Amino acid sequence: MGNMLTVSSSPHLSSGATTKRIMLDVIISLVPASIAAVVFFGWKSLVLIAVCIVSCVALEYICRRVMKRKNTTGDLSAVVTGLLLALNLPSGINPLIAVFGCIVAIVVVKQMFGGIGNNFVNPAITARIVLLVSFPVHMTTWEKPFEWLRTADSVTGATPLAMMAQGDKTSYLDLFLGNTGGCIGETCVLALLLGGIYLVIRRVISPIIPLCFIGTVFVLSFLLGGDPLFHIMSGGVMLGAIFMATDYTTSPMNPLGKVIFGIGCGVITVLIRLYANLPEGVSFSIILMNILVPHIENLTRTKPFGKEKKNEKA
Amino acid sequence: MGENMKLPLKPFRSRGGVKAPHRKHTWNNESVVMPPPSEVIICMSQHIGAPCTPVVKAGDEVKVGQTVGDSDAFMSVPMHSSVSGKVKRIETITMPNGSKVPAVRIESDGLMTPYEGIAPPEINSREDFIKAVRNSGVVGLGGAGFPVHVKLSVESDKVDTLIINAAECEPYITADNREALENSWGVISGIKSVMELMEIDRAIIGVEDNKPHAIKALREVCEAANRDMHGEVCVLPLKARYPQGAEKVLIKVCTNRVVPEDKLPADVGCVVMNIGSIAFVSSYLKTGMPLVTKRITVDGEAVKNPQNVIAPIGTKIKDIIEFCGGYKCEPEKLIFGGPMMGLALPDDEMPLLKQNNAILAFSKEEAARLEPSDCIRCGRCAAACPMGLTPPLISGYIAQRDVKGMTDSGIMVCMECGCCSFACPANRPIVQNMRVGKGMVRTAARKK
Repeated sequence: MGNMLTVSSSPHLSSGATTKRIMLDVIISLVPASIAAVVFFGWKSLVLIAVCIVSCVALEYICRRVMKRKNTTGDLSAVVTGLLLALNLPSGINPLIAVFGCIVAIVVVKQMFGGIGNNFVNPAITARIVLLVSFPVHMTTWEKPFEWLRTADSVTGATPLAMMAQGDKTSYLDLFLGNTGGCIGETCVLALLLGGIYLVIRRVISPIIPLCFIGTVFVLSFLLGGDPLFHIMSGGVMLGAIFMATDYTTSPMNPLGKVIFGIGCGVITVLIRLYANLPEGVSFSIILMNILVPHIENLTRTKPFGKEKKNEKA
Repeated sequence: MGENMKLPLKPFRSRGGVKAPHRKHTWNNESVVMPPPSEVIICMSQHIGAPCTPVVKAGDEVKVGQTVGDSDAFMSVPMHSSVSGKVKRIETITMPNGSKVPAVRIESDGLMTPYEGIAPPEINSREDFIKAVRNSGVVGLGGAGFPVHVKLSVESDKVDTLIINAAECEPYITADNREALENSWGVISGIKSVMELMEIDRAIIGVEDNKPHAIKALREVCEAANRDMHGEVCVLPLKARYPQGAEKVLIKVCTNRVVPEDKLPADVGCVVMNIGSIAFVSSYLKTGMPLVTKRITVDGEAVKNPQNVIAPIGTKIKDIIEFCGGYKCEPEKLIFGGPMMGLALPDDEMPLLKQNNAILAFSKEEAARLEPSDCIRCGRCAAACPMGLTPPLISGYIAQRDVKGMTDSGIMVCMECGCCSFACPANRPIVQNMRVGKGMVRTAARKK
């Protein structure tokens, strides 16, 4: 035995799970939605996705470099952020606006707060909201699905939620398949569900938040006189509930906290949709609940095994 | 207790835990008795409690089973020579945890002559029994090394359940499994003695369900024993999920009782003994030969012939590995115990201790660990914690050296099982950090 032995504190085994693998699973789970985006809204969607991913990764690399910190682009989290942001944009948007969104997501929301795991709101959602208030017209100009096949000029249409406000209802089948106007990644419920099931099977996410979020939207919209099926399949509910509200960093850790978080998102979404001037409320509901996460965690802390009550107060 | 004292049919619920790989390669290999090595080093601290003082000096002739170290402290057990031969010298050795303790180095004459004073203990009362258990030198053989006579020194009406820990939840280790297969009658006779002498009515043997052969063997002897004994004993197959064998978890799954923080199993009416300890007690009552050998699993990719070895206590790791065919490749890490809670050794000169149950020699690939990266708050650590702790929260308090915050969030409940670090996708040293935090809490308590 000539070499020096490694001496380290136990455990000497690991589960093999890595941040990179988790992020890769999220990317895989978003592949169906990305394909749906290209099918419905054309090659422009693919360009948009590519622009967002490349800018997010490049910005993360530059940020880490400038801040003299370890390069973390290898963990693929910037790819996830870029992909999610792209899926949250309308197809006709100017790619430069998308790049601005990437700057907000990566530089402001993520890296300025310390990088992965330290942001207190979801980077992609925040970027989307910043773009929505900065470029309201660009962000709400929707192209009709399949128009890219028919004509070179883009033909604009309305989202199912906007049409609903005017009393015009989209069929459930169109909603389920994604044959409607909207952000490129939010329309196809089928693709999003497939991705969600993959994430749950791979144990990347717990189904609690999506179920509570979607369930609350269903029940509350029904109680308030809306069409529950329409509400859960339209707008950003599926994309938000499955992929954005389940972001580890900005959602509670323990199951009870997840329940409260999911229900909160659902309630705010329905209230905005039915009573506010905005047609859609998923982004705002998630960012509002993100901010409440520390409080939810404090309220739902698990009791350590065998710990006496009196010690807790002391 | 006023509750149902029936034997459990299936385990009660426990929280958390991880699916650690089993890697029980040696489960079907009959234990091999190792011939006496050329010398042994009997360490004076092989248990939790006061270290012994050597009672022999250099040049003394000693025989197998002769006392070579003892202490007046209650929380201590005597040490015995595991070979016959001559005391070479009394020295100081450094333990894997960094503490320095005296040790007796004995040169073996290869004859293994037993000590003349060895005779089965005479037992007429509970006090006799507890004294005999102390004299046998037995400690918790599952790894913790808690003196067994201390566990048994409880008021008789306080304890109603004897739990035998044969869960063996650590990967690689199969020594308890071999004990069950090779010595099931010894196990049951030990259980009988303890139940009779301690007036305990029920005994539960907890075995993880990845050891069907051990469960079968133990069930057979239990059935036979239940016909003619005071009380009842059963085998309870447990979910094979690490750490089922952790004392507090085992008590929860066997009896549904929760041991409060800072309390012992006896406070909830339980005595927990490792299967190896109970089998040894039975053999000691019959022969009077103190604890001088130990069954250990030798495994890991760097070992040529992985197997279970019954080796004299104090044998150097080097000699045990040599007996197992030597190293197959350059070892990268040597571990005393299992990979989840075992101690990494700086070299292979350490002697075998009573509470060791495995020696693992890991190859470079087996020992490889990834670089830690930032916490992504995925919550896998909290979900894996069998004690219901939230490690990221506690880590924050540790970083701020906030002792009150750490204590309030339950850091002292942490039993350092390592599930959090195992589960972490960012490979963060979570349990290692917990140890640092617990050290801070202990230091602060001492200053008060």
